[in-house]
Amino acid sequence: MIAKKVTRKWEKLPGKNSFCCDGRVMMARQKGVFYLTLFLITGTCALFFAFECPYLAVHLSAAVPVCAVILFLFVMAMLLRTSFSDPGVLPRALPEEASFIEMEIEAANGSVPAGQRPPPRIRNVQINNQIVKLKYCYTCKIFRPPRASHCSICDNCVDRFDHHCPWVGNCVGKRNYRYFYLFTLSLSLLTIYIFTFDIVHVTLRSVFYGSVWCVAALTLPSTVVEVLVCFFTLWSVVGLTGFHTYLISLNQTTNEDIKGSWSGKNRVQNPYSHKNIVKNCCEVLCGPTYPSVLDRRGVMLESSGSTPCKTSDVTAATANTVTPNEVAFFSLQKTTSPLIPNEHSPDEAPPSIATTGHDTATSIPEEEDATGPNGSAPKAPPTTILVKESSH
Amino acid sequence: MVKPLVTAASTLASAFLPLSLCRCPTGKDDFSTGIDPPPSLGNMATEFHNLQDLRHTATLATKVFIQRDYRDGTVCKFQTKFPEELDNRIERALFEDTIKTLNNYYAEAEKISGQSYLEGCLACASAYIIFLCMETRYEKVLRKISMYIQEQNEKIYAPRGLLITDPVERGMRVIEISIFDDRISSGSSSSGSSVSSGSAR
Repeated sequence: MIAKKVTRKWEKLPGKNSFCCDGRVMMARQKGVFYLTLFLITGTCALFFAFECPYLAVHLSAAVPVCAVILFLFVMAMLLRTSFSDPGVLPRALPEEASFIEMEIEAANGSVPAGQRPPPRIRNVQINNQIVKLKYCYTCKIFRPPRASHCSICDNCVDRFDHHCPWVGNCVGKRNYRYFYLFTLSLSLLTIYIFTFDIVHVTLRSVFYGSVWCVAALTLPSTVVEVLVCFFTLWSVVGLTGFHTYLISLNQTTNEDIKGSWSGKNRVQNPYSHKNIVKNCCEVLCGPTYPSVLDRRGVMLESSGSTPCKTSDVTAATANTVTPNEVAFFSLQKTTSPLIPNEHSPDEAPPSIATTGHDTATSIPEEEDATGPNGSAPKAPPTTILVKESSH
Repeated sequence: MVKPLVTAASTLASAFLPLSLCRCPTGKDDFSTGIDPPPSLGNMATEFHNLQDLRHTATLATKVFIQRDYRDGTVCKFQTKFPEELDNRIERALFEDTIKTLNNYYAEAEKISGQSYLEGCLACASAYIIFLCMETRYEKVLRKISMYIQEQNEKIYAPRGLLITDPVERGMRVIEISIFDDRISSGSSSSGSSVSSGSAR
């Protein structure tokens, strides 16, 4: 009897992520710089433990290598946690949801005269008495929640998108931002620690042997290597930690800072900030740990005779993924056909909804800028859809 | 796996099946296949037959999506606005009650309180390794939400031909409510499949 291979949902997820350990690990496809990070950290620490620690443990204190080990383990844990976890990817809309949104947009736009570009798809919401614009993502077919953004490298919408970090080989978003921050903070401490004790080691040796400091340093090539690595790392990592501390105190993301969303007099003030540094820090660092909504390791049920839809892997996933409740209610799921089957931004080349061959490379690496209608001079002035979120 | 299916199916079946199915088919608009067994011998067969009819006749008519309410920020909260499509399917109060309860659950999960600080600090001190064996507070609340939705489906929504999908399966973006055609009164087993295919258009 041939054992049936179970198909898990991560195998059918759209986007440009790579998965390991049967869906437990989720990263970007390009991992070269991540391996470099790993090599630099482990290599430098290995040299430190091999050449500095024996001397320092004897001549200074046994606590020196112990603290170094603890720091190193914490840095590695934070790095792996940041790199391997789901940053807060928003799953793409299923066909029914996509067509429902299309119908809402059509209803709001009314009839567009032939030859004119339809207005840009923007939804205005009021958050803490500020008007925030939600953009429509043509790839994921959703109006992005506030603070979410589409990463063109990973081809996913990420909630509370900060940036895509090649050094950790993953996006930094809502779910892994605190691990990223703790990684930069602990790496700064580790770098300063190793740098300091390298200097101390050389100084002790020069004092012990009565030689000039530089001569003593040259007799310890490993120390020289470590000092060089730490010196250059210090400037970047400590600077980055300081920058993110500043962002956290204001409850801003790197993406918002770069785009200047909340800066300037004419702009909206940050509606997410509590106007209190302590509260902002607590929300970002001590807030709830959000679970992943991707369900990477869920098992996909094989349904007989289900042929994938013409474009979407997601549709095939829909046809295959059935919850027990739904199986009880119906055996054949009827799906409403989308109004615009191959929907795409009016000015962009039709992006294939399938996972292959989709390239949203734009000049802005971190966000798919679906502002095609606004890019060139429009024939009709673009009108903003004022779909006010109101509930009663 | 089979038991929840049967439970859910039987719940729906009991909601949709009128009691008249238990008696001998007499009227011309009753289920008539020409092969109805006498009730004394074929109650089980009739019920099974009707469950299968149900599966063919409970066709999906449309889906309604309840959007997120962002007025209070990025916390997970859904709009309580009553959709028009549910107008003659369910009472407003029941619907709003469901949504408000869900919103309360999510608020409880995302509350930044002493407990969340403690959980965060302990986890940080253990380099977050503790999360490999321990369930977070959010995950516990999500499980409660999932059970609540299942209960609501069984008690309130299924009898009205509706089905709520847990928002976590839709990326916490929408609450998807599936609306089914109520075909029990007019469907018949021999034309069950043609009826369902007819209603699909």
